[in-house]
Amino acid sequence: MKQEKKERRAITKGDIFLLAGLLLFALLFWLAVRAFTPAGTQVEISVDGKTEMFLPLDQDTEQLIKTDAGMNLVRIRDGKVTCEEADCPDKLCVKHSAISAVGETIICLPHKVVLEIREGR
Amino acid sequence: MRPNQRIAYRGCLLALALVLSYLESLIPVFWGIPGIRLGLANIVTVYTLYRLGAADAVFISLGRILLSALLFGNVTTMIYSLAGAALSLGVMLLAKPIPKLGAMGISVLGGVFHNIGQCCAAAILLRTGGILTTLTILLPVGAIAGAVIGVVAGILILRVPLDDD
Repeated sequence: MKQEKKERRAITKGDIFLLAGLLLFALLFWLAVRAFTPAGTQVEISVDGKTEMFLPLDQDTEQLIKTDAGMNLVRIRDGKVTCEEADCPDKLCVKHSAISAVGETIICLPHKVVLEIREGR
Repeated sequence: MRPNQRIAYRGCLLALALVLSYLESLIPVFWGIPGIRLGLANIVTVYTLYRLGAADAVFISLGRILLSALLFGNVTTMIYSLAGAALSLGVMLLAKPIPKLGAMGISVLGGVFHNIGQCCAAAILLRTGGILTTLTILLPVGAIAGAVIGVVAGILILRVPLDDD
């Protein structure tokens, strides 16, 4: 198999433009999403794509979610939602910081549990 | 390159990709999406793309995902990785002939679209639209990670000799 000797550089000017353009786009994207995000009023808890319940954010509470794969303990405090405990293997959901803005999510992939902030009653 | 050399080369690259994949799984990078990784194994993918060709790059990429899912557990994240890799490889293959883009640019595209692919898969499978917010973090992080990985891959492409160079 013939291998041509290429004088390609690892980084071209086009690369730098691409990266800069992408970062700029990411910034604009972030600003746009933030501008259109209202404050959340409730959290939707769904398992495997099916909505299980809605919980209001203005009431401090704890909710145990039991799935075939395990359990997740959802806590609502000061208008924010966290996953306090879970028996999944990676516990990424527990490590996730609190969510409170519409559209923010905490996902437990092994249990297929999704906590999503929603607006409206 | 003789067929046997190619087979051996593929084996080495696949093993290297696997090791990188395992190593980066030890570094926690969580921005809300489970299974999001730095993408170190893409160094091998980009290198293979430039040195051995598209077919081998696809083979090593998919092989690495399958094997690492079998070896290190977690079939669930494998689906997301496959979605990310499919979109990422597709874009990289399309973008590679563009003359003004070098290895770093291709890698940046690869990294960004890998993240997008994973997010789309998560949005579809979990039926949640909240993916948008994680994308706002992932886009810049993926772009920068892709850039660094691309530079490393570029250096390897230029410096590591193949048998018939």
